[in-house]
Amino acid sequence: MAFVQNFPFISILLSLFAGPVSSALSGKWAKRLNLFVITVIGMMSGAVLIFVLGTGQEYVYRMGHFPAPWGNEIRVGILEAAMALFFCIIMFLCVIGGALERELEIEESKQNLYYIMVNLLLCSLLALIYTNDLFTAYVFVEINTISACGLIMIRQTGRTFEAAVRYMIMSLLGSGLLLLGICFLYSLTGHLLMSNIREQAALLQATGEYHIPLLVAICLMSVGIAIKSALYPFHTWLPDAYGYSTLSSAAILSSLVSKGYIFLLAKIFYRVIGFDIIRESKVINVLFVFGVAGMIMGSLNAIKENDINRMIAYSSVAQIGYIYMGFGLGTTSGIIASIYHIVSHAATKSLLFVAASGITDASSKSKNFFDLTGAGYRNKLAGVAFTVGSLSMVGFPMFSGFISKLLFAQAAMENRHKIMITMIALAISVILNAVYFMKTVIRIYTPEKKTVVIDKGFEEISFWEQPAKSAALVCFIALNVFLGLFSEPVIGLIERGLAMFA
Amino acid sequence: MSRKIPKKEYEKTLSFRLKQWFEGTKDPFLNTVEMKPQKEAERDEDIDWKRKKEKRQRIERIYDLAHNWEIRSFQGFYKVFSGVFCLFLVAMLLIAVSYLPSYGHPENPANNEVAKRYIENGLEETGAVNIVTGMILDYRAFDTLGESHVLFIATCTVLILLRKDKTKGEGGRDIEESDRVYEPKNDVILQTAARVLVPPIMIFGIYVILCGHLGPGGGFSGGAIIGAGLILYLNAFGFRKTERFFTGKTYKILSVSALGCYCLAKSYSFYTGANHIESVIPLGTPGAILSSGLILVLNICVGIVVAGTMYTFYVMFRKGGY
Repeated sequence: MAFVQNFPFISILLSLFAGPVSSALSGKWAKRLNLFVITVIGMMSGAVLIFVLGTGQEYVYRMGHFPAPWGNEIRVGILEAAMALFFCIIMFLCVIGGALERELEIEESKQNLYYIMVNLLLCSLLALIYTNDLFTAYVFVEINTISACGLIMIRQTGRTFEAAVRYMIMSLLGSGLLLLGICFLYSLTGHLLMSNIREQAALLQATGEYHIPLLVAICLMSVGIAIKSALYPFHTWLPDAYGYSTLSSAAILSSLVSKGYIFLLAKIFYRVIGFDIIRESKVINVLFVFGVAGMIMGSLNAIKENDINRMIAYSSVAQIGYIYMGFGLGTTSGIIASIYHIVSHAATKSLLFVAASGITDASSKSKNFFDLTGAGYRNKLAGVAFTVGSLSMVGFPMFSGFISKLLFAQAAMENRHKIMITMIALAISVILNAVYFMKTVIRIYTPEKKTVVIDKGFEEISFWEQPAKSAALVCFIALNVFLGLFSEPVIGLIERGLAMFA
Repeated sequence: MSRKIPKKEYEKTLSFRLKQWFEGTKDPFLNTVEMKPQKEAERDEDIDWKRKKEKRQRIERIYDLAHNWEIRSFQGFYKVFSGVFCLFLVAMLLIAVSYLPSYGHPENPANNEVAKRYIENGLEETGAVNIVTGMILDYRAFDTLGESHVLFIATCTVLILLRKDKTKGEGGRDIEESDRVYEPKNDVILQTAARVLVPPIMIFGIYVILCGHLGPGGGFSGGAIIGAGLILYLNAFGFRKTERFFTGKTYKILSVSALGCYCLAKSYSFYTGANHIESVIPLGTPGAILSSGLILVLNICVGIVVAGTMYTFYVMFRKGGY
């Protein structure tokens, strides 16, 4: 076994270990440790990706001395390694981008607790990505839920407490349903290992035995994960949680936490139950309907908002809707489009949150829409970044959002029954996106009267005033343009990874 | 009333005195005790009404109920729909359960080669007499590693929520000091009971942890017992006494070293296992206290984490700081 193959295991354990260690460090050192850990894990994931691309085969890594159905194992393929690398990049940028806000908004003695949460969140994401065991996935879903809650409420205001309580209740309901689904599946198949469940599920499907419980298990798991990733009717916790938590939390939550669950769902569909059975079970039609509803309703809610952070948060509801719509198409190209959209949305949404904070910094921290007038001139980089993010969300060519919408449209072509609805929903959603994002872009580039600027004490913010945030913004913009211009290799990677996945 | 003995004589008997004591009219230690029914707490109608009004106003202000028809209609819809949905969910789950394999049937899918190997080879492969411990700490140790970090992160979240900052100024310190004033002091019954109970509880907890691989028990249950013992001790003797041996710093050191030890031990066994290197840790003779490889160490680590978690939760919820 090549030494590189140990890297996924080392990265999980490293981030897990960094959690308790940060609790003994001061906030400053915990931050350094956290950044170091994320960088190392990112580099290791890159090495794993290169290795897997080289061999062209996925491999199984045994966690312990016992082979799989008895012990635990993790499974590493192209898609997993690429996701791990991508998540590390986004997380790194989010952590450095939100450093200033964190120092202001979090009490001095609780700084190190923040990095415990971030480390363990990273660990749980990695474990969700790599694991080949359904129960291990559940254990790390728990860690993910609790750490996300901590990230929301570490900025201690009434709003965040309420948001955290809401998040906790909804998320625990989701976890409960997921656990019930896993229990059902276990009693039907007698396994927790993904590949073994799949064999048994295929047998059950062929013999027609236990048809109803299998269907119920699929439903429970899908609904559970849909709740946790804020699919439309279950989105009520989302705007508060993203809108009022500290910047890096909002960026991490919107771009990584919900995406980790969606990746788990893709895993359950492809690897645990088998996509044919899922397609026959009609569960994906339900996901499709709610995905389409989310695309429209999320945008409508976003239009009504006057608070820029909440507006961006509502746009997440719409984007999650896109992803579930891609799942609902029931074709491989639909799933590829969804996974590309996971990547594209993660890159864009975190960019938007960081850029929005730059804009509000130039408007005396006011998040009110009307105070943002002319903010694009006062903080030039943030203005440009926000424009890039908005264009990407709307689906302007050259940016990542365009490619994902193109992929969704292409995928819809293959499904004769859903092509009309998909196309119409895409068109409406793009227009609605344009309404609220372009409205904001126009607003921040409308010059404000000098007297008002002086009256309200708006300050200009130059590039070097907030070097970390500026660097993060530049990287985010580069990432977005890269995903938009050089999408071919990324899509190829996802295709190959997905072929390996099944 | 017909009596076999005269009343005066009856009043001297043991049974009469017992009856008196039982009814609470006379205490053998303190002579006659006056028993009065407890007064009902006075309720100020005015304040009640004011509070209700404030609450109503607050809700109206936040949600703007008068003008927000969306929320008003949603509230009505919600009441009906939640009931319907719950009934639907209950019905669906009941129906699904009725189709599941019957409980305890030998032909069930769950009775497959996985469980068979755990039962037949568990002792030989893990060295643990208690198969369950062998399963959670050796076969599927990765899950348990995650699970113990769930406890750790739960404590951290409670710390975020409840820990009071001492450097914050006078306010924080006041709360802490007033808590010391009001905390129950020198409750004779509690202290006597605690003096008798706490040492056996602790020893039993340690026993449960140490013998986790030999019989029923293990880190999770033993840690919970020790945590309960610590909480009882704290309640009886107050913070001043417990802080002599258990402060926030102690918890930090204990949890970091226990989780670190767990991580390192498991990293070693995962690494050797995956790379097909023979592990140097001997399994020992099954049944001996020093046996079953790493399981004993892991049980101790888990026990420390669980006990610390329980105690810290209690302290945080009561006072918001050590």
